[in-house]
Parts: sequence; C-alpha cells; structure tokens
Amino acid sequence: MNRGIYEIIENKPLTKDIFRMILSGETSHITAPGQFINIQLDGFYLRRPISICDYDEKTITIIYKVVGHGTEAMAKLNAGERLDVLCGLGNGFDTSKCNGKAVLIGGGVGVPPMYNLCKKLLSEGKEVSVILGFNTKDEIFYEEEFKSLGAKVYVSTVDGSYGTKGFVTDVLKNLEYDYFYTCGPMPMFKAIEKIAATSGQYSFEERMGCGFGACMGCSCKTKYGYKRICRDGPVLEREEIIW
Amino acid sequence: MVNTKVNLCGIELDNPVIPASGTFGFGYEFAELYDINCLGTFSFKGTTKDSRFGNPTPRIAECEKGMINAVGLQNPGVEKVIAEELSKLKKCFSKPVMANVSGFSLEEYAYTCEKLDKEEQVGWLEVNISCPNVHGGGMSFGTSPEAAAEVTKAVKTVTTKPVIIKLSPNVTDIVSIAKACEEAGADGLSLINTLLGMRIDLKTGKPVIANKMGGFSGPAIKPVGIRMVYQVSSAVNIPVIGMGGVETAEDVIEYIMAGATAVEVGAANLVDPYASFAIVNNLPDVMNKYGIKNLNDIKGCAHNG
Repeated sequence: MNRGIYEIIENKPLTKDIFRMILSGETSHITAPGQFINIQLDGFYLRRPISICDYDEKTITIIYKVVGHGTEAMAKLNAGERLDVLCGLGNGFDTSKCNGKAVLIGGGVGVPPMYNLCKKLLSEGKEVSVILGFNTKDEIFYEEEFKSLGAKVYVSTVDGSYGTKGFVTDVLKNLEYDYFYTCGPMPMFKAIEKIAATSGQYSFEERMGCGFGACMGCSCKTKYGYKRICRDGPVLEREEIIW
Repeated sequence: MVNTKVNLCGIELDNPVIPASGTFGFGYEFAELYDINCLGTFSFKGTTKDSRFGNPTPRIAECEKGMINAVGLQNPGVEKVIAEELSKLKKCFSKPVMANVSGFSLEEYAYTCEKLDKEEQVGWLEVNISCPNVHGGGMSFGTSPEAAAEVTKAVKTVTTKPVIIKLSPNVTDIVSIAKACEEAGADGLSLINTLLGMRIDLKTGKPVIANKMGGFSGPAIKPVGIRMVYQVSSAVNIPVIGMGGVETAEDVIEYIMAGATAVEVGAANLVDPYASFAIVNNLPDVMNKYGIKNLNDIKGCAHNG
C-alpha cells in the first residue's frame, strides 16, 4: 500500500450511471488484479474504496457506479483535479490457480476488476471466456474492450434486450472451463455457487472503515477463520467461503 | 528545543501521542508504513478472554465529520493475542505498549488483565468498561459508579502494572464514575470512549449498521471530549488520557490544556494511516508556534483563573 496524490486524467460516463476515471500517479504498489484503491473526497469523512479496472506504469483506471452522495461527488470531478488515494489495497485474484480455460463472470459494477484479470490471464497464455451480466441493454459497458483483448465474450441481460436473456448462469451452464473468477452482487454469487463445476475465486464487497486492515469493520467468517474483506480479501477462494 | 516528554503513571513517554485501541490493530499494518517507535506508545486492539467475531456486518457507517462503528470487539482471545500478536509486535515496536482489555463479567476482566499484566512488553492496562455486564442485565459496567469501581478493584487485585480505566461518555455524570474508579485504586483514566450513535439509510428506511447502533467517533465529538476531560481532570488526582476527535497536533495541545497528561488518536488513523505519525512530527512546530517549551507547563492551564 502507498498513499499518494493522483491527478485525474479523465472522468466520463460510460452509461447513465457508470463512470470511468483515469488517474495518474504511482502504481508500483499494485501487485495483482482485483486489488482496489481508497479515495478521499472533499466533504466526506471516510474514503471510497473502488476496484482497479486496469493500470500501467503511470495510470490507474477505475470504473464506478453512482450509488450515493460520495460517488455523486466523484462523478462531478474534472480532469486536472487531484485526489488523495491509498493505492494497492487488498488481496487480489491469483491467476496461478488457473491451469487451463478460465471463465470470468462480472455482474454490473462487478465487471471492472475482470478487465485487468483478463489481460493478465491472456498474457499468461490461458484461454479466457468472459460473461458480462447486466439488467438491460442500456447498462452494458466494456463488451468491446474485452473483445479487443482477445477474450471470448458473452453478454446476458435480465430483460433479454441484448445477448442471452436471463442471468450470467444461463451462459455459464453451457460453457466448458477449468477455473472461474467472479465479481458482482451477492444473488449472482449464490446462483454461481449452485452451478459452478470447478474451483474459483469470488471478489466480495463490504462496507469498510479504513480499507487496510486496521478497524476490522469489514470482517467475515470463513472456513479458515475470520478474514478482513479489505486486507485478506476482497478475493476469497471458493473452498473457504461460508455461504 | 521543545520538550514533548510526558510521564504516564510512572512511565516516561517521548511524546503524548497514543493511537487508540481499535484503530491501530496490533501495530503492524502501520509499521509497514512508518517506524511506529516514533509514537509515545499505542493501545492495542481490545482483547477479551475468549475469541470473538463481533457483530454482524455492515458494522461501519459514515457520518458528517465522523463515523459509527459496531465492530463488537473482534479479537482472537487473550491466549492468541499473547502467543501470536505480541510476539509479532516485539519485532516492530520496542517501547512499552498499552494493553486494552474488555470483559463481560468481573471474572473475565480479571482473567484477561492478569494474563496481560505478566507480559513484559505491556506497560499499562487500559480497561474498557463500556461493555455490557452479562450478569447485570446487560447494563454497561461504565454507566454506574459502583460497577465501575467493582471492575477497577477486580483488576487491581490481580495486576501489578498501572491500570487505566477507559470511561464511557454515555452517562449522566462522568465525574462521579471517574471518582469511583480513583477511589477503587485506578492509576489513571482515559476518556472519552465513543458516543452511542445511529444512522438510517433513506433508501431502505432501516439502520445502516446491522447492530442498529454503534460508537460515534471522529472530529465531530472533540468538543464533548474536551469538556469531559476538563471536568474529570479537575475532580481527580490521577493522570487522565484525553481522546475524542484528535486529528492534529493542535488538538493534542487543546486536550492537554483541558487537563490531559497524554492524548489518544482514534478514527483519524483509519482515514489517514499516517495521521499519528504526522501529529508526532508536527507537535514541536505547533508547540513553538504557541510558545510552549514543555507540555507539563500547559497541562490543565484552562482550569486556572
């Protein structure tokens, strides 16, 4: 983890309430896909934890959904403004656990961390399928970006306005894979857990205090003891999770 | 040159800055960021006799200028704290540490304190009396002078190191509880613990926190802390550690002027992991700014005239 001042390079909407922000600053503390940053915003006491969508040597891309006052304020920020950010937080996805065909399942605002993960798995020479789940056509983002990486991309919409009608599991049940990675809402996780055929990793969300393991605000019980979502997670392995 | 040293119950601190229990873990998350030996000391995560998960999540809620937590004393239990956490701590912290203890009966408080008292690195025992008494209908020990005195006596009987009782602000008359602890043998007092608070989510119409209520901390509570430290320090003859909303070296000086001997930094550590480090570093400059050569010269100066 490091704390630094990052400059906003871009902050623009991808859909009605999904925004992409690109920050410029130190990225050497990011060690795995699925980690997050914790952003301080003027006028808010606690920081906002947002998963890292992608990064390179100088920039971090995050994609966030406007869901409350904090993210509303974030959406109003302009390029050139500076933010105090804790970077490289959490225990991300472990790509070494996948030794064959990977399937990545992102639901809604759970899609972003799948992007850098997809890149990393492909760079390791693994075959990657991606399932992106949304409620409706207007909410879809990053389908093309995943395709450009070279992954096989499937989209599901609950109302059937695009791709497969239904849920990500309606795609997943017909795929062949050796390992899965997922991030999204809890009902989606529970549906995946029912039908998943292999081992995998889930990235969890919880209300956090500090984001770096000090306050114990975001703890959960696992088969291997109590874990902090912010520090020991957000990624947990399927075998350790208590549903 | 200014002198930042203070004496807390017979142990000299290089400076009065002490990260508060529950905001600093067992130190090593912060030791990755800076040398925590720069601190006066720190109060480690509230420890109980048995392992505890604490309350269900969500257990954090944001507020204007503060936060509510209802973690519920998650800790691995005193045996594991000694075997695992304290042995790790030795590697990154060479000063005496403050052991923060909670309990749900007099026996539990005594058991845990007696164990920690024997640990070489433990300099002080800070006893959190805001917990509910399972044998007393769930009433917090900290809400009555009699119960607070009973905990103090139970702990003092089985320990040798200074015992600091951490007082709850959620009481009608904190002075009467402070005096009861002093009479029962407490070596020091620390205050204030968090204020009981609550937030409701407008979208769901339900409390944000699963436990419904929790402890409110952060800069919003500082005036309450200053007031209570002022009241308590004028009524007792034992050292008082002030806390509540401390974010800057100026806040440290304000608490000392109110009558505190040392000052704990809580929620600030969670929003800025370098907060305590910055306070330690800024303290000499702020002392110079106000013409303070020695912190002992200004201790309780707000009481004069």
